This record gives sequence, structure tokens and C-alpha cells, in this order.
Amino acid sequence: MKTKATNPLSKSLLAMASLLALAGPVPAFAQEAELPAWIDTDSERRGYDIAIRSDNSDNGFGDSRVEATMTLRNAAGQETSRQLSFQTLERADNTVGDKSVVVFHTPADVEGTALLSHAHILEPDDQWLYLPALARVRRISSANKSGPFVGSEFAFEDFTAVELNKYEHNYLTTEAITVGGETLPTDVVERFPRYENSGYSRQVSYIDQTIHQVRRIEFFDRRGDHLKTLDLGDYREYGDGIWRAHRLVMTNHQTGKSTDLVYGDFEFGVGLTDNDFVRGVLERQY
Amino acid sequence: MRTLKSLIMPLLVLAAVIFGASTALSQGWDAGGSIGAEARIFSDDPAFAAQEDGVQTSIILEGDFRWRSADRRHQFVLVPWARIDAVDDARSHADLREGFYRFVGDELTVEAGLIKVFWGVTESRHLVDIINQTDGVEDSDGEDKLGQPAIRLTRQTGWGRLEAYLLPGFRERTFPGIEGRLRGPLIVDTDAPLYEHADEERHVDFAARWSHYLGDWDLGLAAFHGTSREPFFVPSTDGQSLRPVYTIISQLSADVQLTRGAWLWKGEAIVREGQGDTFAAFTGGLEYTFYGVTASGADLGLLVEYHSDGRDNDPSVAPPTAFDNDVFLGGRFAFNDMNDTSLLGGAIIDVENGSSAVLIEAERRLGTHIFVEIEGRFTANIDPADALAAVQDDNAVSLRITRHF
Repeated sequence: MKTKATNPLSKSLLAMASLLALAGPVPAFAQEAELPAWIDTDSERRGYDIAIRSDNSDNGFGDSRVEATMTLRNAAGQETSRQLSFQTLERADNTVGDKSVVVFHTPADVEGTALLSHAHILEPDDQWLYLPALARVRRISSANKSGPFVGSEFAFEDFTAVELNKYEHNYLTTEAITVGGETLPTDVVERFPRYENSGYSRQVSYIDQTIHQVRRIEFFDRRGDHLKTLDLGDYREYGDGIWRAHRLVMTNHQTGKSTDLVYGDFEFGVGLTDNDFVRGVLERQY
Repeated sequence: MRTLKSLIMPLLVLAAVIFGASTALSQGWDAGGSIGAEARIFSDDPAFAAQEDGVQTSIILEGDFRWRSADRRHQFVLVPWARIDAVDDARSHADLREGFYRFVGDELTVEAGLIKVFWGVTESRHLVDIINQTDGVEDSDGEDKLGQPAIRLTRQTGWGRLEAYLLPGFRERTFPGIEGRLRGPLIVDTDAPLYEHADEERHVDFAARWSHYLGDWDLGLAAFHGTSREPFFVPSTDGQSLRPVYTIISQLSADVQLTRGAWLWKGEAIVREGQGDTFAAFTGGLEYTFYGVTASGADLGLLVEYHSDGRDNDPSVAPPTAFDNDVFLGGRFAFNDMNDTSLLGGAIIDVENGSSAVLIEAERRLGTHIFVEIEGRFTANIDPADALAAVQDDNAVSLRITRHF
């Protein structure tokens, strides 16, 4: 981990300040606030600003619930799929991570298996796994951030590490890319994980210039080799500028395997609270 | 009575299997289930005359019906289960593993019916887990449980989760019959149990549990008062069988896990009164996982656990245990592939006499609906005085294929 000691609270203020700066008139305190300590260059500042704008455009949803289908494909083209549902509780500020529950509906032998995560920014996440066969909840280690999520090409960290402050950002260039048949001008921002045990040395994100959503992420392994590419397509807007991609395709270039993650319609504001994200609720998710 | 039950339950399960299809449940009905075929192959001749030699085959049926209201406040769960065993009549049995109604209120969750509950953190012994009776004829690992009649109230507070249990009905432990393997020289006569309390199996038991997590720590404290799930045994008057004796016990327990990086530190402890002298028992150890040991992301976990149990050695006063002073060593290799392939191996070794019980398991999914498991259970280096001596000729390999719906 790259460490330049920073106080999380001041970072939160910074993030808020930057958001305000983008939103309009800047209050006096924000102008005096320092940038994150890792920012040394103009391109880092620019990358950070682009990332904040993108992060802001999917924040503020409160809580959500969505069904999804994950299709795993090996190099020979054989497929297997699993149905899951996600419930998420957004935390109020950028210094604490979201809480989520993932429930498996298929394969039938794992139906009812549920994973509760309390994400943190730089500390390891807290995770509990419910196994219906024994009616048992296990607290599990979250040190395996780079491990495959249920045999897919998504790693655990690809789900839990979406928080802005988990990375240092650096603007690279502007480039037009084609995703899902759509060609879009994007800002290319590289980002470096700041949390421990990441499987990545860096990621390169392509953020479109119109709705400010991440359209593609390239993942580079610890040796610096290109490992995976994630394409995010079928963006739909829910109400007040809340955007969600509905079709995610992760391709592993080193193994030839790929995973599609296709979301149904998101429900927002379903009334979930902290009490819906405690270990005791895992047994009643299906 | 048993035959009737064994007939009805498989029919229920079959209905589940025929009409059921696994679907994501947001509201309304969800029906699923499974059919399994098992062959348990014993390599040695049986120790006792009436026992079956060779292969023990059986069919296992399970249904799974769930209903949830649109607001998710009301829920019904029904899990009928049955095994039909070709060899051992006592192993042909049926049960409602779960069958309850649940109301999820803002302040309180209420469950009423037959429930399944697990307490604890350790892997090789489930010391504090006490609500459900062990289905002892199923397997020797004690992880198969009978549905427990209960009313449970649960309340989530800022300082943890509180559960109160009213348990109005006792389930007797199941044991292998005369043809069955994995038993002692005398069978346990489950038709002639002895109870300490005059209310016998209608004695109402109570339990309460507090559990919470604080940072890296998960904590649980619990109390139980009622009929012991673990019996001890006295010979019948004709000396041809053993009668299980269920006494009233009071038990306090604590379980704790510290999760730090790739390390899991685990401990469980109980103090029990009501079976000879009041005694304490402890299970604790650690698990360390090496993540990503192969290019495809497989994990290797290593486990060490220590067991100590201070109960009375007299089997006519306290239930016998194989965990009096033992060490468990184990390993788990998870391939993290799309078929969920995994390997598990372990041994429980008595520190004083070296008697060992060894377990090897391999499992994976085939296609979408079929799950295959192979288990080997062996004993080694058995001391004649050890609790395992009676089953030292019962080394077996089991193959189980389950079709899920």
C-alpha cells in the first residue's frame, strides 16, 4: 500500500469541498481546504476531479435492491449462470463504505447462501457468509480481495472497492472508445489502489464526458501486465441523475474466460436501514 | 407410525421436486428440493454379528417450500426431509427439518414452529450449539440436526442481538439400528428413553443468547436450561440394549472469533451442571488461509483446534465424549472455480493415547443441478480404551450424488 498518512475526516471534507466546487458557488471553508496529500501534479488533480464527478453521479441513492444474472464462460465457451440479488445501503459520506447483502438463488445447491459486507475505505471490509445447509453464519476474512467472486472473473474487490477514496487518481488523456456499439469520447484516468491486499497494481478507467459514467476499466496485475477488461453498458438513469450500468462484461485476457453480469431494474428508496445489514438478517433472505 | 411417516414425507418431498423450480424469490411461493443417492462402502468386516457387511445404499429426499408476503414481514418455511436406507431400518427416517412461521416487525422478529439454529464458530466440534437435537444416525460428524419445536423472539439493538427461546418439546437423538454400522456392541433402544424430569419429552426448555460484533471481534453469550440433547446410557434389564438417559441441565456458553487479515482465531467454552459434577469444556484454535495459491485463484486454509472436556468419565453419569483432550489438524483447498470444487482433510487426535479419526472430503458441481460428494472416514491407531474403539472396523467411503431442483 502506498501510504501518505491522511486524516480520514479531513479527506471527507475535501471530497465534499470538491463536490461543492463542481456544483457551484464555493463556500469559504472549501477554498481553504487542502487537497488529498497524494496529489502532487496537475494531472493527479484533474484525475481526482473527474473521479469525484463520476462518483457523485451515482451517489445519493440511499438504498437499493436489484436482481442480477451472472453468466460465467470459460475459454472453450462453456457457460454456467447464477442468479443473485443485491441490497445496498449507501453511507452518508465518503469516509465510510456502503453496506450490502448479496443473496444467491441459483445454482440450486447454494440457494439461500448470503454474503453481508460492511465496506471500509482503507481498512479491510467486514464480511459474514450464511450457509443455509447448516443455518450457520461465518465471519470470513476479507484479505482475499483479489480472489474470484463465486468462480467468476470478478474479484471481491471489484464489487467492494468502488469507493472514491480507495484510490489515488491520475488523468492520462482523452480518447474515444466503443462500448456496446456506442462510440463515446472519454477521459482516461488511471487509479492506484490505496488499500491492502489488492490484486492490482493499477487500473485504467474510461469515463465518458457527457454523463460522467465509467464505461471501461482495464485491470493490471501486480506484475503490471494487462489482466482483465470490464465493459459497462446499458446505462439507465433513475430519477435525479442516479445512473446505473445494467450490463457488465468482464474479460480475462490471460485465461480467455469471461463473466457477464446483467442487472434487472433497480429499486431505490425501499426503506432499508442499518438493521437490515446485520448478521442476524442473513438467515431470512430467501 | 414410523412407516407411515416414512411414506408421507417422501411423497411431500417428491411433490416439491415435481412442482418446484428454483427461482429468485421477492414475494409469493418458491418451491425447490433435491433427490440424492448415497452409497457407503465399508472396507472391513463388521465387528458385531447383526451388522450389514459391504455397501449401504440409500436415497435422500428434501423439499424446500417458502412463502413471503410482498412487504417481507410474513414468511412461511417448510423443509420436509427423508432418508430411505436399504440396510438399516433405523436410518430410514423422516423429519421436518424446518417448518415455521416468521413475523419480522420493526422491533421484534417472532418465529414459531420447527426451527433450525446454529451457534458457534469452531469447525471440528460444535460445543456451544445446543438448540437442535443431533440426527445421530445420519453421520458421525454431528452436523445433521432435527427440527426443534420453538418460539423464538429476536430483537436487534445498538449493543447487539438478543434472542429468547421457548422450547416446548424435546426431540430424541437418533442412533443406528441393529443392522447399522458406526455403533457400539449394544444398540441404543430409542423406544425406551429415560428422563430425569417427570414431564419427559414434554418438558419446556428455555434458552437465551446475546451476540454482537465489535470491529474484528464477534462475540456470543448464551444460557440454556432444559433437557440435555446429549444422553448418557444405562443397560436395559435384559442386557441386550442401551437406554438413553436425558437429564435436566443448565449450561452457560461463550463463543468468540477474532478475524484479522488471513487469520481467524476461534474459541468456544461451556459450563454445564446436571450430569455428574459441574464441568467445563473448551474448543479453540485458529485458521490461516493462503489466498491465490494457484494462477486461477485457489485458496488453501489450514486449521488447528484443541479440545478439552472436564466431564465425569463415568458413562452412567455423564455422556461419553471423544473430545476430552484432543487436537484437530485440518486443511481445506478451495479451487474457486465455477463448479465450486473443494477438498477437505482433517484428523482428530487424542493427545493421551494417539487414537485418531481421519476425514477426507471432495466435492464439486456437475453442470447446473448435480452435486457430487465423496467422503472417506477412517480411524487409526485406536487405543482399546478410547471412545472410538467400538467403530474402528467401520472405515468407510461414501459417494453421494444429489440432483437439485
